[in-house]
Amino acid sequence: MSYLLAHPARVAILAGAHLALVAAALGTALLIALPLGLAIARNERASRTVIGVLGALYTIPSLALLALLVEVVGLGPAPIFVALVIYAQFVLVRNVVAGVRAVDPAQRDAAVGMGMSALQRIRRVELPQALPVIVGGVRIAAVAMIALATLGGYVGAGGLGSLIFIGFTLHHTDEIVAGSVAACSLAIAVDLALRLFERFTRSHQQVQREP
Amino acid sequence: MSGASIRLQGVSARYDGAAQLAVNDVDLDVKAGEFIALVGPSGSGKSTLLRTVNRLVPLAQGNIELDGVDIMTLDPVEMRRGIGYAIQAVGLFAHMDVATNIAIVPSLLGWDRMRIDERVDDMLELVRLDPEQYRNRRPSELSGGEAQRVGVARALAAQPRALLMDEPFGALDAIVRHTLQRELQEIVRSAQTTTLFVTHDVSESLLLADRIAVLRDGRIEQCAPPLEILAHPASDYVHELFAADEAIARLREQARRE
Repeated sequence: MSYLLAHPARVAILAGAHLALVAAALGTALLIALPLGLAIARNERASRTVIGVLGALYTIPSLALLALLVEVVGLGPAPIFVALVIYAQFVLVRNVVAGVRAVDPAQRDAAVGMGMSALQRIRRVELPQALPVIVGGVRIAAVAMIALATLGGYVGAGGLGSLIFIGFTLHHTDEIVAGSVAACSLAIAVDLALRLFERFTRSHQQVQREP
Repeated sequence: MSGASIRLQGVSARYDGAAQLAVNDVDLDVKAGEFIALVGPSGSGKSTLLRTVNRLVPLAQGNIELDGVDIMTLDPVEMRRGIGYAIQAVGLFAHMDVATNIAIVPSLLGWDRMRIDERVDDMLELVRLDPEQYRNRRPSELSGGEAQRVGVARALAAQPRALLMDEPFGALDAIVRHTLQRELQEIVRSAQTTTLFVTHDVSESLLLADRIAVLRDGRIEQCAPPLEILAHPASDYVHELFAADEAIARLREQARRE
């Protein structure tokens, strides 16, 4: 713990970089997972195929995937960024599909029957109702990504992983502990924040008024 | 605003991609402002027939004209906004309050805010719900009867020229059901809204309809005014269907004497 106490500013900067990397990867992952999930949710076969493929990708050992990606995109933040985006897809797409499927069929029927276009139906009915489930997926993905992103230390991506990596090569247990504690704290904080947001979407969706 | 005429010619349709036809070669000429009940046991194709009119179920054969215009030449999304739609499960949007639910079609049509707010209150009063009290309620805070009323208000909000209703009072007890039936009758009669009304409750059809279309295995067995159906059923099937209870039997006797 002494490293953490002696260099709080340095750890904070690394934690900030760590969080920025995860946030960027999560944002990118959502840009893929949201439209993908919405597109396949109503098609049983497409859902099963896509989620199956993403599940298979999810089982690839992270170190192996990272090593492969270094061959493709080189060192630095790029390989860990791509790895995070790939791993997040499974949880995110699965939750988007589950959330959309949970929408009451009568509400969907009414939405179409009253003259909503596909986009209006998604934006006004399916997305708002699926939101708590989607946020739940974002929360699980974010926590896993914060832990996974420490691997970035091995490929020069910066973040808290670099602290752990330095501690490992120099046999400084103190730095390993500092990096791990900081990463855990970050994960717990993000988990808590997203839990609150999830609860907010659950209660908010009941009283929302559209303009 | 008066209702639209609806003309079905040789309409056949399948339910959800099934091989068998759920609706088989149906002709039905609905005059503007007319109230038609589609009656038959479950599986007779009445719901599927209703849903061909707003193109929720695609036509396998035949054509449907709305005020003389082939519906296949219309944009389905735009067309549906001009046709009220209410279903037994109601399908109120759970994340929106009552006012927002009723305002759906007017807002899709781009009405301005003030006109929408006014209309929402008018519609709530029409279905006998106090706007002050109900405007901001969530669907989860409504009883079954209140939800059905809001469903009817929502279907009528944008002054549709035609109304499609699939057992809109299906889940209600007899008393609430009778009240709502009478209210609906008043509303659509005064607005001259052409109405197609699916029900498996024959007394409901006798009470509400100008003409009753009796369906069997996807075909119309008989289409006639209530008293004629009772006095001169076209087949044993129609006779059986309407022979259900004593009250109807007495009414039949009366009809014969007239």
